[in-house]
Amino acid sequence: MTKVENNKAWFLVLPVFLLVAFSAVIPLMTVVNYSVQDIFDQHTAYFVGAEWYREMLQDPRLHDSLLRQFIFSGCVLLIEIPLGIAVALMMPTKGRAASLCLILLAIPLLIPWNVVGTIWQVFGRADIGLFGWAINSLGIDYNYAANPMDAWFTVLLMDVWHWTSLVALLCYSGLRAIPEAYYQAARIDRASKWAIFRYIQLPKLKSVLVIGVLLRFMDSFMIYTEPFVLTGGGPGNSTTFLSQTLTKMAVGQFDLGPAAAFSLIYFLIVLLVSWLFFTTISHLDKAK
Amino acid sequence: MNWMAWTLPTAIFFSVIAAILLCMTLYEVRSPCIERKGFLPIATTRGDRLFIGLLTSAYIHLAYVGLTDMSLWIALGISCVWLFIVMRWG
Repeated sequence: MTKVENNKAWFLVLPVFLLVAFSAVIPLMTVVNYSVQDIFDQHTAYFVGAEWYREMLQDPRLHDSLLRQFIFSGCVLLIEIPLGIAVALMMPTKGRAASLCLILLAIPLLIPWNVVGTIWQVFGRADIGLFGWAINSLGIDYNYAANPMDAWFTVLLMDVWHWTSLVALLCYSGLRAIPEAYYQAARIDRASKWAIFRYIQLPKLKSVLVIGVLLRFMDSFMIYTEPFVLTGGGPGNSTTFLSQTLTKMAVGQFDLGPAAAFSLIYFLIVLLVSWLFFTTISHLDKAK
Repeated sequence: MNWMAWTLPTAIFFSVIAAILLCMTLYEVRSPCIERKGFLPIATTRGDRLFIGLLTSAYIHLAYVGLTDMSLWIALGISCVWLFIVMRWG
């Protein structure tokens, strides 16, 4: 019997293709066009070649923001991934307690970014905020609006509060998917809790952790609203991340050319890191 | 198309990218590729190698623009040679 080749199913992906074209590809092409021109208004633009790229690549603002961004994303991953796994491991597995925990964990995820920023802006204040007041009561001089270290601590804590739940929920779903037979075998072998975690739970969590790490990296690397509302990028420029520098340039100063070049450099960094994450993990999987 | 602020170089750039994708699709339909391992540390398909080649070419251009003042045609030449090497032996 000969196999009939029918490629009509490809038409089913046409709507997605059109949607992606209109929402991502065409705007990206426009940004590329902007990045090689000095644009004064809709009808006045001068071709400048790679000049904006040269200017941006040698701009200390971009270097500093990029460094801050990598430190921030690194800290976010180092804190949220282990914490999310720990929370998922400690959660009850069934009954009302499990449902209650799931609801409580989901609450921070439902709060809009600007509201999270506002909550922490008030919460961290030494005069009227519970958190700021409590820390100052312990004799620690804490003021996120004046001290860069305090600002960093608050921005990180806010992100951990907002997004650890996501990692925890992903890990929880991964843990629930492990068949009971694995645990039975471990009990027969009298495996310790650590051995169960190391040789059963962690390997089985790998795929959800990949998604968790990727989502948290991408999201933290593109963070804008929360630190903007909380610290406004200050004190000084100490919590100004890439997206804030970009917004100041594009919307504040209306420098469309440099901002477009900046966006494309930003895009290439995100693309490279995401591809490296994805490829490394998927090839590790294949090697096993 | 006025809102997209086209220029001749960007139009040529996107036309070349579109032409490469079209040619690769036709080539794939005509002779489907198998994953293989070259000098790159991972096994890759033809599409993977094109993606790696194009992405690294973008970085070659950025490094060239950021570190030197020389003509971009040299960066383009280096990128084309690199793309060929990755596609052939990667």
